[in-house]
Amino acid sequence: MNHPLEPGLKSLAEAGLGSIALTVNGRPALLNCAPPTRLAHALRDELGLTGTKIGCDAGDCGACTVLLDGKQVCSCITAVAQCAGREVTTIEGLAQDGKLNRLQQAFLKYGAAQCGICTPGMLMAASDLLAGNAAPTQAEVEDALGGVLCRCTGYQKIVESVLAVAHDDLTLEPPTAGRAVGSRLARLDGVSKLTGAEKYGADEYPAGALWLRVVRSPHARAGFTLGDLDAFRRKYPQIEGFITAADVPENSFCVFPVPKDQPVLADGHVRFRGEAVLGLLGERDAIIAIPEAEMPITWQPRHALTEPEEALTATGDLIHDFAPENVLCRGRVVKGDVQAAFPMAAHVVEENFRTSYVEHAYIEPEAGYAEVVSQGGQERLRLFVCTQTPYMDKEEVARVLKLPHDRVRVVPSAIGGGFGGKLDISVQPLLAVAAWKLKRPVRIVYTRPESMASTPKRHPSRIRVRLGCDKEGKLTAMDFAGDFNTGAYASWGSTVANRVPIHASGPYALPNVRALTRAVYTNNAIAGAFRGFGVPQACIATETLMDELAEKCGIDALEFRYRNAIRAGDATACGQVLQASAGLDQCLDALRPAWAGAKEASAAFNGQAIRSGSRKRRGAGLACMWYGIGNTVIANPSTMTIGLRASGRVVLYNGAQEIGQGTYTIMPQIAADALGVPVSLIDQVHSDTDLTEDAGKSSASRQTFVSGNAAKFAAEDLRRQLLQLAGTAADATLRLEGTALIAGTSRIDLQGLTPINERGDLALGSGYFNPPTVPLDADGQGVPYATFAFAAQLAEVEVDLDYGTVKVLHIHAAHDVGRAVNPTQVEGQIHGGIAQGLGLALMEEYISGKTDNLHDYLIPTVGDMPRITTYLIEDAEPLGPYGAKGVGEPALVPTAPAIYSAIRAATGVRVRLAPATPDRLKAALKAHEAGQRL
Amino acid sequence: MHISTAPAASYLQPTALSDALAALADAPYVVLAGGTDFYPGRVGKPVDDVALLDITRVADLSGISRTAEGWRIGATTTWSEVIEAPLPAVFDGLKAAARAVGGAQIQNSGTVAGNLCNASPAADGVPPLLALGAEVELASTLGTRRLPLSQFILGNRKTARAAHELVIAVLVPAWPEAARSSFIKLGTRKYLVISIVMGSAVVALDKAGRIARCGLAIGACSAAALSFDALARKLVGHTPAEAFKQLAAEDLQGLAPINDVRGSAAYRIEAAFTLAGQVLARAFEQAEGKA
Repeated sequence: MNHPLEPGLKSLAEAGLGSIALTVNGRPALLNCAPPTRLAHALRDELGLTGTKIGCDAGDCGACTVLLDGKQVCSCITAVAQCAGREVTTIEGLAQDGKLNRLQQAFLKYGAAQCGICTPGMLMAASDLLAGNAAPTQAEVEDALGGVLCRCTGYQKIVESVLAVAHDDLTLEPPTAGRAVGSRLARLDGVSKLTGAEKYGADEYPAGALWLRVVRSPHARAGFTLGDLDAFRRKYPQIEGFITAADVPENSFCVFPVPKDQPVLADGHVRFRGEAVLGLLGERDAIIAIPEAEMPITWQPRHALTEPEEALTATGDLIHDFAPENVLCRGRVVKGDVQAAFPMAAHVVEENFRTSYVEHAYIEPEAGYAEVVSQGGQERLRLFVCTQTPYMDKEEVARVLKLPHDRVRVVPSAIGGGFGGKLDISVQPLLAVAAWKLKRPVRIVYTRPESMASTPKRHPSRIRVRLGCDKEGKLTAMDFAGDFNTGAYASWGSTVANRVPIHASGPYALPNVRALTRAVYTNNAIAGAFRGFGVPQACIATETLMDELAEKCGIDALEFRYRNAIRAGDATACGQVLQASAGLDQCLDALRPAWAGAKEASAAFNGQAIRSGSRKRRGAGLACMWYGIGNTVIANPSTMTIGLRASGRVVLYNGAQEIGQGTYTIMPQIAADALGVPVSLIDQVHSDTDLTEDAGKSSASRQTFVSGNAAKFAAEDLRRQLLQLAGTAADATLRLEGTALIAGTSRIDLQGLTPINERGDLALGSGYFNPPTVPLDADGQGVPYATFAFAAQLAEVEVDLDYGTVKVLHIHAAHDVGRAVNPTQVEGQIHGGIAQGLGLALMEEYISGKTDNLHDYLIPTVGDMPRITTYLIEDAEPLGPYGAKGVGEPALVPTAPAIYSAIRAATGVRVRLAPATPDRLKAALKAHEAGQRL
Repeated sequence: MHISTAPAASYLQPTALSDALAALADAPYVVLAGGTDFYPGRVGKPVDDVALLDITRVADLSGISRTAEGWRIGATTTWSEVIEAPLPAVFDGLKAAARAVGGAQIQNSGTVAGNLCNASPAADGVPPLLALGAEVELASTLGTRRLPLSQFILGNRKTARAAHELVIAVLVPAWPEAARSSFIKLGTRKYLVISIVMGSAVVALDKAGRIARCGLAIGACSAAALSFDALARKLVGHTPAEAFKQLAAEDLQGLAPINDVRGSAAYRIEAAFTLAGQVLARAFEQAEGKA
């Protein structure tokens, strides 16, 4: 394990004398804070118990759950005065004598913690239950955990872990040498996530750090002027500094090279509600006490263009001067001749679809700190922040500060969920500008509403698709047009506009394709990267039409997809001939028994329901997807290094940012097998732009495939060097025994070797991989990705015809992952993707100003998740490490269309607007019953 | 540690009811109990800038007890305490509502009186208490008074409580032992969800199986949850089967839902009609021993 057990408990005596005495984790504690202080804040700020997390400060997410006299409560809405004389138990109080308790052990063994931010809340809620009920039922577990939101796991492994406490053998058996890949190795950063020791963006900051409060626009579009800041400061002397647009050396940024269209702080004009205009610095409580209405800002609101339709037709009314027609960019893939193909088609279907803004809703709001450090006579900026992309952050912050790259260091915190949201820039440049200006450490933690209003979302889409096939049910043509609302600034809008047309055809062989997209600027919330980059929206449209075409042909929906499935040797819409590892047909084969069973079961249920007068109906539906692994054409190399130390331990310099998906476990698994040592001999230096090489972003499902290869090559390089050192054959076995290296018959005492660097590496292997691609031409022809993941999912649902509510009963998910490096982690990604897909399908809709919190913006709870059965297909990818591809995004993509397909099977209603909330579905059901089109 | 601009406001935590009432007579303290409404309204803002009266340590305000007239639910009784209390079956609807409040944490902190005083149109506790015919007991240094719950909640976030008064208990009249109740909540997800519509019914049958007494209330479809007393009176004397034939749209007059992010008004009104029928059916079935 990389981290020892660290309860993180600051000596309670250090907390000083105060008026509120209570017991915390069995020890007396005195709190010196105002009586109504939120218990969560007191635990973290006064006692240093940062294992208790704050996700919302409103009792909406449960991350802060602690036990108060043994009962679970949200510590963010509990006054410390109410805890006087009572007993509080936090996550730090669970492990005893450095040993995980059975609940923690179960979480570790079954992979119940991914990012780990909800884990403290889950553990405490489960502890409350288990204390009074040692062997609960699943329903009892769900009731107990219902108040804690998790955005990573889909809850299934959490529930299984709680159920396992009563009876399972929870010991872990680490894999032996050469057996790491394919094993269910428990996550190597798991213990720290289960004890509360892990440090997230809000959990660490230098003494004396100033708090940054960002003042944001209440208007979607407005001009503004800042008033007299000196006078403002005289009135509120607690203000120790400001940052304004004038303080930003280069006041523009974007995750993409062009256009750098977003200011760090707006300069006289705002383009969306929530845009940053002014920063106030000082002591936290004093700074947040200044009323919003007192801010010295004069607004001149303007008419906001909030929808693409309006923005596209608002002649001359440009959101950005450089973007005529308010179009950020266009995507285009054209193959064959759709115009000629449609008249020849035996069957043609066509439809419009719309999807809404979707919020990432990671439970950890953006947080971190920046400080200026002196190093070698130079001032450098050090940034501690939750991020999916430390290397890009470094470049972007250096750019904003107009500093050379080497004068910025990004030290990522643990990250409490990202899903594409923390692939963007949020607090980074604000902290950097403030710390650089004031030459003092500066920290920030976004409030939940601030996080939701100011950071990018999933693009709302308007998609029209026309799909045709021949008499035998072979697809002949697709015409696809999609507009994506990218909001006020570019963010990852270009990636969405480019990725969607490539994927529009779905995983099918289609001779004629025209797929056109536009990313449209509006004065709405920024849309950027979110698990799937637009492909989930497109998949809803195309998979719905696949069902309809199958029906027109009189062919079973699975069979229809099977006949059209793209296979190795077929060409994609981009003209890329798939060489290998195209396992959609195998995914569909895996689902055949479940498909037959589900159709039969729902027919039987509905027959009985009709006879008994019940208003419930069941249905089964299917959807398929493919997903290009890694960046679209753009180079996305990873470099990994791995060293051997005199201690006989191996150090992997792992820059593949862990975001809960498991890179700090999977990279060592791959490296261990490539080097030929047990994974237990590998230590890690986790991503840090000073200490690790650039392993790119944790995005685009690329880390296992790209960085995994780099880790493999690095370990192979080290192995070569060590065998050479030992003078043995290249195929000799290699072992480490204590401080001795044994290669073939030779034995080398590592203590006698001279390190090659200051870190103490005796030898250093290096690996680099950049997926081979070919740039796309004007018609999108080329090789956009080196490999694709494939999946087919089957959903079984029950619809209440009276209320329009949908209960998803079961999802069967078959995924071609090439090779499951760690099946537990792969399942975890699939479960989590399905949970987010279910939310997209049924409940999630971000509306700026209306759903800026976690009680109006709904994500699935433990009670909303179906049973999930996974089928792992391993059609090895020759280019991948041990055949592996990627699985981060794929499960989200076909989930919503599979659910909609099942709703249609149950009711006959075709969903054309996501999410299918109860009121929308009820309206559609009524229209359907009346024979109308809604 | 705190360099607040305003001096930290006072925070009182009396143990005697008389002290709590004296404080309210003195100044308009914000009353704090479970904190489930106070803190969410102050995200990113100070929590110590108003004078707070924390009533959670007033012993007389907690717990559920039997009275001559029925049952007394102390103001600071939490939803978990309602769930765990050994109460007659007529409280099953209220218990079901208690289980539908937020998640387990909110049920452990949130109080019955707090739910009423917050006066959200979507307060899950209100319809079952309305259907039970509950009253609210208010106290001040001037004395106590009782109001039917329907006259206590006046609208969205509006109650009849004067600034110097404290809700000290909710009083539920006695029902025959055979009386039964139901509660249904319609929401977009299972836990932690604000109701789109919810409702509750209570029914007591006489020996002949006819409705002797009943109550029905629907929430989240008007500024304050509505109790349909005229309908309840109309159903008396009928068997449940006959009662269903009596139901008509005009019986639910007064529902005036709004469009919001949880659902359209048109959807709400239709769902409310369906739900009203379902809660009555469930209560009838239970009263008839069919469920």
